[in-house]
Amino acid sequence: MVDEDRDYNTIPPDGRPPLEQPEWRQDFPIDVPQDNYISRREFTKFLVLISAAFTVGQGWIVYENWQRKRAGKLPRMKVATLDKIPVGGSLVFFYPKEDEPCVLVRPEANKLLAFGQKCTHLSCAVIPEVKEKVFACPCHHGYFAMDDGRVLAGPPPRPLPRVKLEIHGNDIYATDMELRTVV
Amino acid sequence: MRRHFTRAQKMVIIQGILFLVLVIDIIQLYVVTATMNSYLGGDAGVPVPAFLFSLFCLALNLGLLRFLYVLDRKKPTRVL
Repeated sequence: MVDEDRDYNTIPPDGRPPLEQPEWRQDFPIDVPQDNYISRREFTKFLVLISAAFTVGQGWIVYENWQRKRAGKLPRMKVATLDKIPVGGSLVFFYPKEDEPCVLVRPEANKLLAFGQKCTHLSCAVIPEVKEKVFACPCHHGYFAMDDGRVLAGPPPRPLPRVKLEIHGNDIYATDMELRTVV
Repeated sequence: MRRHFTRAQKMVIIQGILFLVLVIDIIQLYVVTATMNSYLGGDAGVPVPAFLFSLFCLALNLGLLRFLYVLDRKKPTRVL
């Protein structure tokens, strides 16, 4: 049946009239322009769904940010003693929670530095190389400066978070953690 | 009076809408990546404005989607 409105007629891919089409196509006609129209329309709907998912993700970041603000200042915590860490040595401790590994290094006798141990790329544990004065991430060869935790090489997007330390007598305390986007 | 488009015209319109929605999605992807980076870097001032911007982008996309639904409404049946 041919509708007088061309938009409602089936159009085969080669554009020839219906009677010139092979028999199988006459039995199972595919309206190619309509098929293209519907596939693009459905893809557009899917992209709007993706857009909603991005907005939900942004909302989640806002919630996490609010939670972090609400938690307030980090606790002061004893993490080691001076006699446990030799000059040129390093030590792993957990701050502020049990699942947050940090690394304490002593490059010189009167210099102590501490940073979060999770690489800012994909959270692999960084390894202190005190002689070279770097933290190395073995997963994707990211390197951080030991002095301030800035990125020297590799894929990490941010410097290592720095742990603020206080020394009282022989005891070493962690007092805060400084997250940074740049040094 | 509501205007009715031919199928060829609708195809052009839908390709335009698809392009716009795709561009807005790419911008949103960039914004969510940058926001996550700044949040993990301890910058507390970025997430709220970024969320509002993302909400605005979603509203634009929903507006375009609404236009798509309006476009798909059937023609009124012709009385012979």
